[in-house]
Amino acid sequence: MNILVCISQAPDTTSRIAFTNGDKEFDPNGVQFIVNPYDEWYALVRALELKEAGGGTVTTLTVGDASTDPVIRKALAIGADAAVRVDFKPTDSMQTARLIAAHAEGKGYDLILCGKETIDYNGSVVPGMVAALLDLPYVALGTKLEVANGVATVMREVTGGEEEVEVTLPAVVSAAKGMAEQRIPNMRGIMSARTKPLQVEAGSADAATVVRTFSLPEDKGSCKMIPADQAEELIRLLREEAKVI
Amino acid sequence: MIASITLKDGLATKGSLEAASYAVALAKAEGTEAVAVVHGPLKGDGGLGATGIAKVLHYADELQDAGQIAKLVAAAASGSSVILAHDAVGRAVAPAVAVHLNAGLVSGVTELPASGAVRRNVFSGKAMADVEVATGQAVYTVTPNTFPVAADGGVAAVEAFQAEVGEARVKVKAFHASSADGQVPLPEAELVVSAGRGLKGPENWGIVEDLASALGATTACSRPVADIGWRPHHEHVGQTGVAIRPNLYIAAGISGAIQHLAGVNQSKVIVVINTDPEAPFFKAADYGIVGDAFEVLPKLTAAVKALEA
Repeated sequence: MNILVCISQAPDTTSRIAFTNGDKEFDPNGVQFIVNPYDEWYALVRALELKEAGGGTVTTLTVGDASTDPVIRKALAIGADAAVRVDFKPTDSMQTARLIAAHAEGKGYDLILCGKETIDYNGSVVPGMVAALLDLPYVALGTKLEVANGVATVMREVTGGEEEVEVTLPAVVSAAKGMAEQRIPNMRGIMSARTKPLQVEAGSADAATVVRTFSLPEDKGSCKMIPADQAEELIRLLREEAKVI
Repeated sequence: MIASITLKDGLATKGSLEAASYAVALAKAEGTEAVAVVHGPLKGDGGLGATGIAKVLHYADELQDAGQIAKLVAAAASGSSVILAHDAVGRAVAPAVAVHLNAGLVSGVTELPASGAVRRNVFSGKAMADVEVATGQAVYTVTPNTFPVAADGGVAAVEAFQAEVGEARVKVKAFHASSADGQVPLPEAELVVSAGRGLKGPENWGIVEDLASALGATTACSRPVADIGWRPHHEHVGQTGVAIRPNLYIAAGISGAIQHLAGVNQSKVIVVINTDPEAPFFKAADYGIVGDAFEVLPKLTAAVKALEA
């Protein structure tokens, strides 16, 4: 089975968020970038497990400029066989999806796996767009994924529970917590990642949305402390002051 | 304006009612009317007229494949913008609708558009983005619990609706309910009581459940507690778990790691109960109690019961 895993970079969770160019762009200065956790911990690792169990290849695809190469090497160190980077810096998800679809078209991937969302723009839309562009079935928010005889069985999050669904491959699946466990790359993986192929393709696509400005939320006022022996006072405040109960 | 609606037992879900209310407000601002598109068994107008929806387009068969729902919604849109809930269904359907309509998609909006841009949260709630849609039609998904459900409407006209949606390629085999009986699912919950390692063991969760039950709240937990199996994974709120935006989030025995905050920092009011006065969570809280959850939670439960007696 040949699997394409879409890999995005994202600022480390602890990064200070700041903007530049008139608050129109994220300021990457001093920011440590990581592989988007949903792409790495769940989508990539599950793809590797499926390959280890049933053979095939795992290729990663990233839409981004050369600044994304370190996270692509990390994905190769974890165990992907090959990587493709479409050399384009996207500003909206429709661009990313169009470039992923343009790459995947006709390549015969059995499965396209993506994280359920990135932890920077939190859109949760690229995998669904890729599926629609390629006219493939799409299962969002998968927490378990098994493949047998060309059919994927996926447990997916739905409001109030989980649903078990079946879909005949090829298909697009987005990965949520539970699909796999994080893997730490070992030294052999890190060494071999240096020589694995990272193919760079040209591409471009039009944006359908534009960020006018980014802004930061106002600081929260200070926390109102209530003595533990007057805990019931909290309930009064929640009703009369905050008016939430 | 078209609102794409999910029905449960014939009525629109809470997230869908919020999406419908958003569509109505947007339609009013543009001097048009809002139409809802639904599929599957429908009771009356599905509760949609009350939100101000003028007409309900009803596709008789229930659809479970997001690809089919997207085709239905795109067929109903005919030039209009489309509003969906940013829930499990909306997240799967909206991207395909945007592709079919070749429309810009802004997911997880938190406010109505103002002077040509619409606001959404980014960087896991650490920043906001005001986004312009560059296409004629737009597709928006509305973050749960950000837009109030309108109730000043009337009764919507229901009209049978046909569309070519293709065959179901994703087939549902089984449903496993995760919410405890009577609890509102976490993403929709307005009141949440959450606890972490400070509770010392799964056998101690009774005091958390008691407070939740007195408030009519949903229970949640921190990641370590879900990872060691004290609580089910679906209760995990945070960066890699569920991101929530309730009106009230009460956290007991959770220190407030940045990954946890990323999932709850959009809550309207945060209450933190912790024995450690230096717990980082207090910096993100509106109300705090330095104290032992084993003493404080039962007192709160008693106070809620006294209030309601």
